[in-house]
Amino acid sequence: MTRPSGGDNRKLAIEAHGLVKRFDDTLAVDGVDIAVPEGAIYGILGPNGAGKTTTLRMLLGIIDPDAGVRRVFGNDRPHEVAKLIGYLPEERGLYPAMKCDEAIAFLGALRGLPLEEGKARGRVLLEQHGLGHAVDRQIRQLSKGMAQTVQLLGTLVHRPKLVVFDEPFSGLDAINQGKLEVMIRELAHSGTTVIFSTHVIHHAERLCDEVAIIAGGKVPYAGSVDAARDRIPAQVRLETRSASGPWRSALPGDARHDAKGEASHFWYFPVPETGIEELLKPLIEGQAGILSLSIERAGLHDAFVEIAGEAAARALEEDNARGAKP
Amino acid sequence: MNDTTRLSRFEAAHVIAQRDFRAILFSRAFLFFLLGPLFPIIIGVLAGGIGGQVQRDANTRLVAVAMSEADTQALIAARARLAPQIGRALPELAVADAGTAPEVILREPGKNYVAVVGGTLAAPELTAPQPAIDYWNGPVAMLAAEAGTRQVAAYPAVAPRPVATSIAAQRGDRIRTAQAGQLLLFLLMMLLAGMVLSNLVEEKANKVIEVLAAAVPMDAVFLGKLVAMLGVSLVGIAVWAAVGSAIALLAGNALPQLPAPALGWPLFLALGLVYFAMGYLLLGSLFLTIGGLATTVREVQTLSMPVTMAQLLVFFLAASSITRPGSPMELFAATFPLSSPFAMLARAAQSDALWPHALALGWQALCVLLFVRFGAQIFRRRVMKSGKGGRAVKGHVGSVRAR
Repeated sequence: MTRPSGGDNRKLAIEAHGLVKRFDDTLAVDGVDIAVPEGAIYGILGPNGAGKTTTLRMLLGIIDPDAGVRRVFGNDRPHEVAKLIGYLPEERGLYPAMKCDEAIAFLGALRGLPLEEGKARGRVLLEQHGLGHAVDRQIRQLSKGMAQTVQLLGTLVHRPKLVVFDEPFSGLDAINQGKLEVMIRELAHSGTTVIFSTHVIHHAERLCDEVAIIAGGKVPYAGSVDAARDRIPAQVRLETRSASGPWRSALPGDARHDAKGEASHFWYFPVPETGIEELLKPLIEGQAGILSLSIERAGLHDAFVEIAGEAAARALEEDNARGAKP
Repeated sequence: MNDTTRLSRFEAAHVIAQRDFRAILFSRAFLFFLLGPLFPIIIGVLAGGIGGQVQRDANTRLVAVAMSEADTQALIAARARLAPQIGRALPELAVADAGTAPEVILREPGKNYVAVVGGTLAAPELTAPQPAIDYWNGPVAMLAAEAGTRQVAAYPAVAPRPVATSIAAQRGDRIRTAQAGQLLLFLLMMLLAGMVLSNLVEEKANKVIEVLAAAVPMDAVFLGKLVAMLGVSLVGIAVWAAVGSAIALLAGNALPQLPAPALGWPLFLALGLVYFAMGYLLLGSLFLTIGGLATTVREVQTLSMPVTMAQLLVFFLAASSITRPGSPMELFAATFPLSSPFAMLARAAQSDALWPHALALGWQALCVLLFVRFGAQIFRRRVMKSGKGGRAVKGHVGSVRAR
């Protein structure tokens, strides 16, 4: 496993080594290693069926691993630190007959927050998130999005140090996805560690300091997003007016060519070891007609393809195409 | 770990129990629970009425007399003479055609004869199925003898000296109390176990269970649910007791009285309450485990059916051993955890020894702990078996079902 960036002396909110989980004859998780630094936003990225939920459930002590160890704030029994954790499962669920503030207070009470205090905090949170009018409404009277927000607030009401979200963006519209991204950043800003699973790469890319890429129950990569992207060499993207000329010999032989009409030709190739400056002189002197020249870093998607393989990436894209619903 | 980072098991169970207690108490299910005992009572009354009528219709004492006219009249006269002294030991008599074969008379539609007396007074013949012959042989012979001699036998007057009870009568009475106690216990427990199960299924349907499982140990969830339901049932029992007491006060002596149990009513009722709690906790934990194993309501119904049938068998075991205290079967019923509360309640009705109850309650409490622990373990293993139906992505990312 690739070691997380930042050295080994960081305090870890979660660490797991060699987690294995088998359900009957199906190996769901096969030797997962994860290290989540305190205060980080950490993404677990993989297609549906990769083992994300099972991994999270093991990390939280909902199920026990068949092999391996996991520690949450240094404790190998996650329930012992339950008050420090907030968890939003993928399958959202609240008691339909409960009122909004009661539901939030109940979720807080499960984590040790006194009911009355939970209710009071719940009312404030509902007000802050535009649901002040729904305080006394029963969950069954809410829209799906509103109920999700109530559960999210219930996850945070006891002010946990570690928040675990399983597919938090699924089922949310674009506006609420944006709000959730802001909330996640705010949580991290306040020192809370945030872990979330997702099969949507751009959420992980925009939010995460570090990611674990999971596929087939294994974690082929865990570390910083930057380090993942750096595994693929940066690409030069050159646009010329001319399609050929003596300047062509300056480009690598395997440069990819893509013509956009007669007067616009794109060339893609890795950044030369000698740097880009050596390239400019023959291009200018050879009258290539440079229209644009840029160096492009690989995205997390490219890194995912590189690390997890084409098939896993395709599965991920299919999940996204299905509307982010497993 | 210090207490600032987690709830204790009892605190966690309390949070769960508090929520469940309120939710169930203000639900329609509780209303049905309160009304529940009415249904067996109504059904019992109806079935008793119909059954009694059927019994009356089926059990005839009518014997046909197919003799010469003189013999027939003599037999009828003899019956009239003996009836005041012998009463219901004698058959009712009806005149039949002496020329018709007795087998034909017995088959005559609408007559409903239990036997046919033919022959003569000196040599009467009784035609009937063997059990009826065994039953009516003596009375018919007595009637024939009386009719033949035409003398009223002198029977001495028996002076009545009634007493309140006898050992035999007391035992019979207490068996009735034991049966009533067992039946009540059984009905209550079945009602409650069903409610526990539907509560859990509802929880799974609401998808709340994962939130609970993540926050508190599963045995605390388990225990909280059981305790909540027990609390609800105690409220129900209190309501029934209040209603029952009111009815008893209003009805006075018009209500049938159950004989006093061997331990006396206060102790018997207290033990009944404790055995109810134990029995419910044992059965409830079993049903909760089933709920944990199942993922759909249909699965729950399928899985709970054998347990319900087994519970019926256990009840029958305990019920049938009432009349044989100290027998191996009764000892087995008192030891087997699921039948123990029933069998011991029956003992409380029939025997005044207290130590067996202390022993049984200790044993039942241990079994409750084991059942809850074991059930919670299975529940924990099975209930979170997989994610939201993650699909297998074979080939490229391995064979993976759970997420």
